[in-house]
Amino acid sequence: MSTENPSASCEAPNSAEKGSVGLVTAKSHKFCEPLQLACGRVLQDYTLVYETYGELNTDKTNAVLICHALSGHHHAAGRHSPEDKRPGWWDQYIGPGKPIDTNRFFVVAVNNLGGCHGSTGPVSINPATGKPWGPDFPSLRVRDWVHSQARLADTLGIEQWASVIGGSLGGMQAMRWSLEYPERLRHCVVIASAMKLSAQNIAFNETARQAITSDPDFCGGRYLEEGKLPRGGLAVARMIGHITYLSDDGLAHKFGRELRSGSFQQGADEEVEFQIQSYLRYQGDSFSSSFDPNTYVLMTRALDYFDLAREYNDDPVAAFSHARCRFLLISFTSDWRFAPSRSREIADALMHANRAVSYAEIESAMGHDAFLLPNKRYESIFRSYMQRVAAEHKEGQSACV
Amino acid sequence: MRIDLNVIQEWITPASRVLDLGCGDGELLEQLQQNKNVVGYGLEIDSEQIERCVQRGVNVVEQNLDAGLTNFADASFDTVVMTQALQTLRHPHLVVGEMLRVGRDCIITFPNFGQWKARWHLAFSGRMPVSDLLPFEWYDTPNIHFCTFRDFEVLCRQNDWTILHRQVVSESKLGVAFKDFLPNLFGETAIYHLTR
Repeated sequence: MSTENPSASCEAPNSAEKGSVGLVTAKSHKFCEPLQLACGRVLQDYTLVYETYGELNTDKTNAVLICHALSGHHHAAGRHSPEDKRPGWWDQYIGPGKPIDTNRFFVVAVNNLGGCHGSTGPVSINPATGKPWGPDFPSLRVRDWVHSQARLADTLGIEQWASVIGGSLGGMQAMRWSLEYPERLRHCVVIASAMKLSAQNIAFNETARQAITSDPDFCGGRYLEEGKLPRGGLAVARMIGHITYLSDDGLAHKFGRELRSGSFQQGADEEVEFQIQSYLRYQGDSFSSSFDPNTYVLMTRALDYFDLAREYNDDPVAAFSHARCRFLLISFTSDWRFAPSRSREIADALMHANRAVSYAEIESAMGHDAFLLPNKRYESIFRSYMQRVAAEHKEGQSACV
Repeated sequence: MRIDLNVIQEWITPASRVLDLGCGDGELLEQLQQNKNVVGYGLEIDSEQIERCVQRGVNVVEQNLDAGLTNFADASFDTVVMTQALQTLRHPHLVVGEMLRVGRDCIITFPNFGQWKARWHLAFSGRMPVSDLLPFEWYDTPNIHFCTFRDFEVLCRQNDWTILHRQVVSESKLGVAFKDFLPNLFGETAIYHLTR
C-alpha cells in the first residue's frame, strides 16, 4: 500500500517526537456500490476518509483496524503538520514501540460514515437535492459502520484483520465485527465498552440531543442551509458528555472548588467563577467549533440503538457463539459511564460461549476518558497482548479458538 | 513445573472445560492447553500475574474469588481447579461449595499445616511457623485460613462432598519416605479431587 500512496504512511519521523508516527496525510476512497443500511434505506455512493500508519506486510496479515468513539475520527496518530498543537486522538497508544506498534502493524483508522471529518455524512451534499443532507441523512447503526469498514478492507486487499480495536462506541463496532465477519479478524480488543447502553446512559444522550435540537439556531437540522450553527446547544451537549466521561474523584482532584475569578470575601460583589466552569465552557466551545451537531445526534442515536444480542434472542452467549476470534477486554475502575461491570458481562458471555477471552480491570481515577490517557498498567497489558498478536502473524498461523 | 501441577494434569479429562481459580502466572493452564487440549480460563486478581498469563496466551479474567462465582452458571465447567489459594480465602468452605456448583468436579491443592515442621515450630518455639513453604509472618500474610489434611476431610464429610482422589506430595526426603504412612504428619501439599 505504502508504495502506491507514499504520502499516506509516515514521512521522515520527527526526531523530536520519539514514538510518533510523524507527519501523516489522510486518504479517501469513494465507494460507488450502493450500501444497504440497517434502517432500510440505501446510500448510493459514499466516501470514507482514513489514515494508515506502518507498512502492510506482503501476505497482508498485519493489518489492525481502529474504530473510533462518539467524537472521534480517522486522525488517530501523528500530526498533519509540524505546527499541529495536538497529535491524533490515540497517539498515546499508536506509534513505533507503542502498544499498537507501527513497526509491526499496518494500522487503519477510518472516519465513520455519518461523521463530519471528511467521510460522507450530514454535512455532505445530498446528490438528490444538491443541498447538505442535514437531518435527512439516513440514521445509522453500528453494523452499517462495520459493513462500510469491511468494504474499505476489501479495497486495501485486507482479507483478515490481525485485530479490530476500539474503545467505547468503537468497542461496540469491534464486537459487531466479530459477529458479522467472524472469519475476518483474529483478535478483538474491546476497551471501556458495553453490549448495550443502560437507561441512564440513554438518558444522558437524550439530554445532550435535546440541548442541540432546542437551540433556536438548529432550524430542524437545516442550519447549514439557513447559514446558522447551533453552537450553544452543541457546546452544552458536549459539556454534559464530558462530565459523564470524568469521575467525581477525578474532577475533585483536578479542579476541586478552585476559583478562576471573584472571591467569597465579605463585601465582594463580583461574580464568582469556579475553575470547573471555565474548563467545561472551554471544552464545549472548542468542540462546537469542530463538530457537526447533526453528526452528534446521529452518533449518539447509534450508541443508544446498539444491542449486541438483540437478534440472537437477547442471549449474548448465543451471539458470541458466532465469533471465532480471541478477545481482550479492558475496563477502568472509575468509569461509571461504561462501568467495569459492563465489561464483566462481556467476559462472562464469552466464557460461557467457549470463546478465548482475557479481561483486565485497570485502576484509574480518570473515568471513561481513561481509555485515551496514559496509564502504566493499561499500556503494559495492552502492549503484552498486542505482542502476542504480532508474534502470531510472524509465525503465519491463525489463532482461532 | 510445580510437583502438584503434574498430578492435576493426570486428573483432567482431555478437551474439557477448565476454570482455574487464582491461576497465578497461568503455568497450569498453559500446560493443560498444550497437553490436554482443554478450553481453560483463569481467574486472578494480581495485576502482574494477569499480565504473565496474557504473555503466555492463557485466558485470564480479573476477578476476586472472595466476591464469589455467581457469574458462572451451574455445571458450566467440567473441572474447577484451585491450587494453593484455599488458605488465602475469606470463606474457603463457601468457595469450595461454589466450585462444586460450577464444575462437575473440582481439584484443590493446599499446604498442610499439620506437617511435622509446622507442629514442631509451634510446639517448641511457641511461635507461628515461618518456613520456606510458608515464608510469611503471621501479621502480614495472604494465608489467613490454614488447615491440615484431617481438617479438610472433616469439612468434606460435613458437606457430603465425595473425595474421588487424594494425593499427598512432598519434596523433602523425609516427606517422600513417610508421606504414605503418616500423610498428615509428613505431607507438605495435599491434592484433592472432589465431586458432589
